[in-house]
Amino acid sequence: MLSKYETVIGLEVHVQLTTATKIFCGCSTRFGAPPNSQTCPVCLALPGALPVLNGKAVDFAILAGLATHCRIAPRSIFARKNYFYPDLPKGYQISQYELPICEHGHLDISLEGGATKRIGITRIHMEEDAGKSMHGETPETSASSFVDLNRAGTPLLEIVSEPDMRSPEEAIAYLKKLHQIVVYLGVCDGNLEQGSFRCDANVSVRPRGQEAFGTRAEIKNINSFRFIKQAIEYEVERQIELVENGEKVVQETRLFDPATGVTRSMRGKEDAHDYRYFPDPDLVPLVVDEAWIARMREQMPELPEARRARFVRDYGIPEYDAEVLTAERALADYYDACVKLHGGGKVCANWVMGEVIRGLNEQGIGIAECPVRPQMLAGMLQRIDDGTISGKIAKTVFDEMWRSGRDADTIIAEKGLKQVTDTGAIEAIIDEILAANPGQVEEYRAGKEKVFGFFVGQVMKASKGKANPAAVNDLLKKKLAGG
Amino acid sequence: MSLTELSLHDLQQQLQTRAVSSVELTRAFLSRIAATQGQVNAFITLCEDQALAAAEAADRRLAAGDAAPLTGLPLAVKDIFNTAGVRTTCASKILADYVAPYDATAVARLKDQGAVLLGKLNMDEFAMGSSNETSAFGAVKNPWNPACVAGGSSGGSAAAVAACQVPASLGTDTGGSIRQPASHCGVVGLKPTYGRVSRYGVIAYASSLDQVGPLARNVADCALLLQAVAGHDPLDSTSVDLAVPDYLAALGEGLAGLRIGLPREYFIAGLDADVQKAVAAAIDVYRGLGAEVVEVSLPHTEYAVACYYLIATAEASSNLARYDGVRYGLRAEAAQGLLDMYMQSRGQGFGAEVKRRIMLGTYALSSGYYDAYYLKAQKVRTLIRRDFLRAFDQCDVLLTPVAPTPAFRLGEKTADPLQMYLSDIFTIPVNLAGTCGLALPCGMSGAGLPIGLQLVGKPFDEATLLRVAHAFEQATDWHRKTAPL
Repeated sequence: MLSKYETVIGLEVHVQLTTATKIFCGCSTRFGAPPNSQTCPVCLALPGALPVLNGKAVDFAILAGLATHCRIAPRSIFARKNYFYPDLPKGYQISQYELPICEHGHLDISLEGGATKRIGITRIHMEEDAGKSMHGETPETSASSFVDLNRAGTPLLEIVSEPDMRSPEEAIAYLKKLHQIVVYLGVCDGNLEQGSFRCDANVSVRPRGQEAFGTRAEIKNINSFRFIKQAIEYEVERQIELVENGEKVVQETRLFDPATGVTRSMRGKEDAHDYRYFPDPDLVPLVVDEAWIARMREQMPELPEARRARFVRDYGIPEYDAEVLTAERALADYYDACVKLHGGGKVCANWVMGEVIRGLNEQGIGIAECPVRPQMLAGMLQRIDDGTISGKIAKTVFDEMWRSGRDADTIIAEKGLKQVTDTGAIEAIIDEILAANPGQVEEYRAGKEKVFGFFVGQVMKASKGKANPAAVNDLLKKKLAGG
Repeated sequence: MSLTELSLHDLQQQLQTRAVSSVELTRAFLSRIAATQGQVNAFITLCEDQALAAAEAADRRLAAGDAAPLTGLPLAVKDIFNTAGVRTTCASKILADYVAPYDATAVARLKDQGAVLLGKLNMDEFAMGSSNETSAFGAVKNPWNPACVAGGSSGGSAAAVAACQVPASLGTDTGGSIRQPASHCGVVGLKPTYGRVSRYGVIAYASSLDQVGPLARNVADCALLLQAVAGHDPLDSTSVDLAVPDYLAALGEGLAGLRIGLPREYFIAGLDADVQKAVAAAIDVYRGLGAEVVEVSLPHTEYAVACYYLIATAEASSNLARYDGVRYGLRAEAAQGLLDMYMQSRGQGFGAEVKRRIMLGTYALSSGYYDAYYLKAQKVRTLIRRDFLRAFDQCDVLLTPVAPTPAFRLGEKTADPLQMYLSDIFTIPVNLAGTCGLALPCGMSGAGLPIGLQLVGKPFDEATLLRVAHAFEQATDWHRKTAPL
């Protein structure tokens, strides 16, 4: 059934910016403060208060626009979107409508099988968030609603894509890419549960080969990548079923219910608000000159794609490793720091992707909280290089660094983990082992070379792992051959 | 002459020579207000205790020799300015008990200079009206004839000065709301260029048109007050970061080489005969002072009133959405549910004229009508602004009547909003053009009512406007006439 139809998806993403203060006043944007404690005449919409644009929010909008290949408008306009709601204190939201700050951008996403696809970005505009309404939960308050305006005026970017995606997988790939970019830019903390990155999906279906779009439904506020996939999948099935049954898809806004996995109608087209947009006379047009754009270009951090390419090119690691290591900016920074300190691209990649990520996953923490800092890891790797410890002992040293937060040299010294490279000492151990196992010596000399491994193991065990493996190999071979 | 009849400048001199104290002055004006408030109704709220405390502080400052120009001078402001701790009603039931936690920038600047705020002045509700009859606190009565309107919307600001209740006041002007009542009450009123004075803390009616300005007994006093409040404010994005000239210093520079433009569209049939005569006489005064008088054209004048009532109401419909009963102001007690709370609170809180303008503006912005009304009005506005800029290629200031008639009688136009709207026909274009305009007394009607002359200046050239007006005052004594109250 699916193959008869083509899915068309466009996404609107709300990105909450990480500015310290709100978009039109000086109040803090910190999350989790007591209700209404981060408010002032402006964000409470007291009579006579006026908005003043936060320049930092504009910086962030320009960064996001540049990173998504948008044209930055030399002049953009703030508009009022008028509607009544208790958590919308002015009775209008200040947003951008006819002239947004960024337009005509794109993102390239990777498809399965390695192909890439370009997804158009129609526009990015700046706007303010609303507050929060809550309904009373105790018997005394159940008849009341409460409004918290701490969030009112928090700066948002709304990033609107073209209807270029053709499957839930493409939608997810686009969202993950966008998420990665805004977090890399440092303009958003990327926290989906707290609503820092929110997605509305416009979904429609059409018979394959038909050019005209089907009627779309807008699915609101889906707050995890998994739910977005579920919501789109459900919506596509629902719409195909309607079409198959000869019914019509109606243009409407639907809400996704994560508990049941279905979307429900929230309001139809006939109930759609007439927002009566018009330019906000309290704000002058936003003029962004070439110098401002150039300044932002200079501040632009290296984006994931460029970084991945650099890791492959300069650090000589495989594409796959580079992909894993650049998934998150903080992880990429960590790896980058390790290589810069130690020099070995591949060996650093192995340790970061192995021990480091395993440790983080076991404890459920992020790279920022990793107790082994890049200089500690690089210091330990140097001790492998200079033969102080073996790769095997290094794992013990790593675990101890993780546990204690102390550096490799301290741990090696304290625990006496320095590798034995003194051939005399190793020879003595080998002689002992050979004398104790005459049967195996016979077998080896009769041509059963597999027994060699047994001897290596015995020698390492007797040295408590500290014998230099290369020296053990050499000396063993000599002794066994020489008889 | 009693203290309350003196100009701001005279009072300033008396304070600075310690001939009178600020406390004495404050008491004198407070008792004048107490004696005349019943006849004029210019005040909505008096703040006697705060005023006396401020006067005491001003006296200390005067004694210490660190007085600013306005230190110790009693003033009052239109009840559209937020004042910390003193209620701000905007003459509406919906804000009848509202007390703001902060001062408007203009008020803060007056207070910084040590001015003494006597109270909050009556006005049309949310500044919507031309007669002060839409106030929820009753109409202001014209001190020259209590059966006549004081004009609006800053009716209280004009009448209080005319009635010697304050030497000067602040008002706001969106379509003539300073100049028209100044004209009707026989005082001087200045609407500065849009962006010259901060709007922060001034309750918005139509944000792209509203502008704060002074009303006083003479031009020099207006200049003094403008000097105190003008200048860039980082809290108002539309306030302009331009240097503020010394307005008083420029007053006496004379009129040599001045060209005065008479827009032919303003001298129309239907102009009251007394008004026409007074304005013609004023033109002669200027000729006599050596000014050159030229005829100019403002060809889009006839569209100004329609244009204004689309733009102003559209902005108002959005600006007044915040009065929803959720956070402050009137909330209907018996409301059932959210929608009912909105409808009842706004239904009970707003008066008829405010509701009319909210509906007009909502309609003008509605989907399907936006292009035909709001957008078209914006285009017309651009044409009107260009008219003025072109006219200023040929002259330095424009001279026109302020209003087609002297003050009309209370109730005369309340049944016919269109007639009421037309009383602002000469003042509205100035707001649409965003430039500055000034009203000053230039005659008396046969019925004994003041007639005002309007001078319109180039954008941000209030200095020329004040100089030209001041020259007229020096040559005439219309501004010295006092209402028979």
